[in-house]
Amino acid sequence: MSDARLSVLKTYKLFVGGKFPRSESGRVYEVTDSKGKWLANAPLSSRKDARDAVVAARKATGGWAGATAYNRGQILYRIAEMLEGRRDQFIGEVADAEGLSKSKAAAQVDAAIDRWVWYAGWTDKIAQVVGGTNPVAGPFFNVSSPEPTGVVAVVAPQESSFLGLVSVIAPVIAGGNAVIVIASEASPLPALSLGEVLATSDLPGGVVNILSGRAAEIAPSLAAHQDVNAIDLAGADAELAKALEIAAADNLKRVLRPQPVDWSAAPGTDRLTAFLETKTVWHPTGSLGAGGSSY
Amino acid sequence: MAFEYAPAPESRAVVDIAPSYGLFVDGEFREASDGKVFKTLSPSTEEVLSEVAQASAEDVDAAVKAARKAFEKWSALPGSERAKYLFRIARIIQERSRELAVLETLDNGKPIKETRDADLPLVAAHFFYYAGWADKLDHAGFGPDPKPLGVAGQVIPWNFPLLMLAWKIAPALAAGNTVVLKPAETTPLSALFFADICRQAGLPKGVVNILTGDGATGAALVAHEGIDKVAFTGSTAVGKEIARTVAGTDKKLTLELGGKGANIVFDDAPIDQAVEGIVNGIFFNQGQVCCAGSRLIVQESIQDELLDALKRRMSTLRVGDPLDKNTDVGAINSAEQLARIKALADSGEAEGAERWAPACELPTSGYWFAPTLFTNVTQAHRIAREEIFGPVLSVLTFRTPAEAVAKANNSQYGLSAGIWTEKGSRMLAVAGKLRAGVVWANTFNKFDPTSPFGGFKESGFGREGGRHGLEAYLDV
Repeated sequence: MSDARLSVLKTYKLFVGGKFPRSESGRVYEVTDSKGKWLANAPLSSRKDARDAVVAARKATGGWAGATAYNRGQILYRIAEMLEGRRDQFIGEVADAEGLSKSKAAAQVDAAIDRWVWYAGWTDKIAQVVGGTNPVAGPFFNVSSPEPTGVVAVVAPQESSFLGLVSVIAPVIAGGNAVIVIASEASPLPALSLGEVLATSDLPGGVVNILSGRAAEIAPSLAAHQDVNAIDLAGADAELAKALEIAAADNLKRVLRPQPVDWSAAPGTDRLTAFLETKTVWHPTGSLGAGGSSY
Repeated sequence: MAFEYAPAPESRAVVDIAPSYGLFVDGEFREASDGKVFKTLSPSTEEVLSEVAQASAEDVDAAVKAARKAFEKWSALPGSERAKYLFRIARIIQERSRELAVLETLDNGKPIKETRDADLPLVAAHFFYYAGWADKLDHAGFGPDPKPLGVAGQVIPWNFPLLMLAWKIAPALAAGNTVVLKPAETTPLSALFFADICRQAGLPKGVVNILTGDGATGAALVAHEGIDKVAFTGSTAVGKEIARTVAGTDKKLTLELGGKGANIVFDDAPIDQAVEGIVNGIFFNQGQVCCAGSRLIVQESIQDELLDALKRRMSTLRVGDPLDKNTDVGAINSAEQLARIKALADSGEAEGAERWAPACELPTSGYWFAPTLFTNVTQAHRIAREEIFGPVLSVLTFRTPAEAVAKANNSQYGLSAGIWTEKGSRMLAVAGKLRAGVVWANTFNKFDPTSPFGGFKESGFGREGGRHGLEAYLDV
């Protein structure tokens, strides 16, 4: 093996506001594969990192919610394109993270890419499916349409480090929200690498913010944060989920409780609609006179 | 100059209020387990109308068990059969609407003009609307054969007692749930009359259970392990407490809470129409409306003109006997609520806002508060931030549309908003930016069973009305 070459290791960093900072705390933790072999050090995010991420997410909401649904769809599709190009990298990371064979890891990554495509198509369709005009008994035009809730905090699934992660992020941003996601605690590397994909997909900085570390440490400050509008507890255990739901009540965040999900199954629209608000607008229609019109 | 009107009272003879009422559990009226009762008053005269049972935790348990028992058969009925029960209820409400309107006016204090022309027609329409959904749930967009949740615990407020009951019970039953409903402590009577309507309609025992009581009864209901769903309309503070109570359970929760609605008037608005909308927005039901337009946000250039016209109009409002058909503004619902309104209005003065109310003679007994407006209000004032739930309007000004939107959205609440402008593009641009669940443009306080209602932010979550309203009662 005379051509042996020392590989270049990656420094895994957070993804916040479109940038790749280290944890402000300067802390890292060791990430190992399923057999306990060291893979990398990941940032051990602090509560301050979480608050910084909220600021970044809030700043991004106006532009992202205000973008056309068509534009959002194209960007989500672009994410799928970028991911396809890095497919091998993610297969390797998912295989290491979840202890899967290459072929099983490939199935996860392929499903994740396809999930971006699925949600890319939803951006400009969901409003017609869940909104529409309402036939009120009076001379009024009345229309209901879904609008993004705003800033959504997500505790990503713990086991499905990549497909699960994509399955919880994509619906939130497809609807026009900004998201702060806490990656799988034991397997954060695929999530942190996803940041590199998002950064090159025309997604405005701050729409997706990815933190690694301990959910039990970071999530409570997000659940209690007054400028967070909703929280998805997908990856929280029962005890943490209850504590977070109680904290979330303080500003009446929308809460999506943890439930058993087969991430490889086709998703419905539930995770999309969970973070949408219905706005109903009324306006008088006026009248052309009692005689009506035949033209 | 206000016109003088001769008294035109609606007759009380149409309604027969019994001296006492029990709880409606499993199809029968019964006393509270511990025999406790409380009185319900007419807020316009402080006359005792009746004595009703105070449900205990034991009664809550009995009602939930009755609802659970009834659920099996009720949910298994073909939707078309459930629909016919609801259609029956809608029709009986229409038949008895004058009786119920007078009853509601007596127990709540709101003008007969409103109970007769707004509350009751909307109540009947709501049952009629959801009746039609009961056999069409497969087509509602929630997947094939959506299932009911089970037993719903429902707690409603005193401002629209029978209408809030309709908003809760009609969709719940249509979707195949059974219910335990607690009306507000100060307005229990119309829910008890509704129990009688359920009997007339032949509704199976236990499908609807009515528990009268206070906050403790509501808390026991919400916390009961036998319920699958909590629906609450009321204050944001209680809503938060309920959200904490159901945390970590499988109970589905919808909350319709407080508001501090912004009513934005642009310089091109038709002033007379806007004034009518402002008056309707804040003085309808004495301002005791969660979606009231309690913050008037007027473009600076027309402030004087608009306020002159508004004050003129306010001077013609007739405050007094709610049973009088010419009354515009009735009684405040309770002494407690009146004290809260007074305290907040006093804080407005203390914080430097300028108070104005038309000269109007208030009755000597009962709970009354004159229509009031405050100018020189800043966004930091309590009267601009807190829900007063009374006939008190806070006036703020703006120069640019962006400023109007920023001020309108500067609230923990997000239930309703109004926009007055003749320019369509401006209306739509502003409507798009407002963080509110219901936006009324060139109108205000319009309701319809087909139209989803509910809030953004701390005004709660979930929608009532329309196809959207079914979701709250389906396992989806």
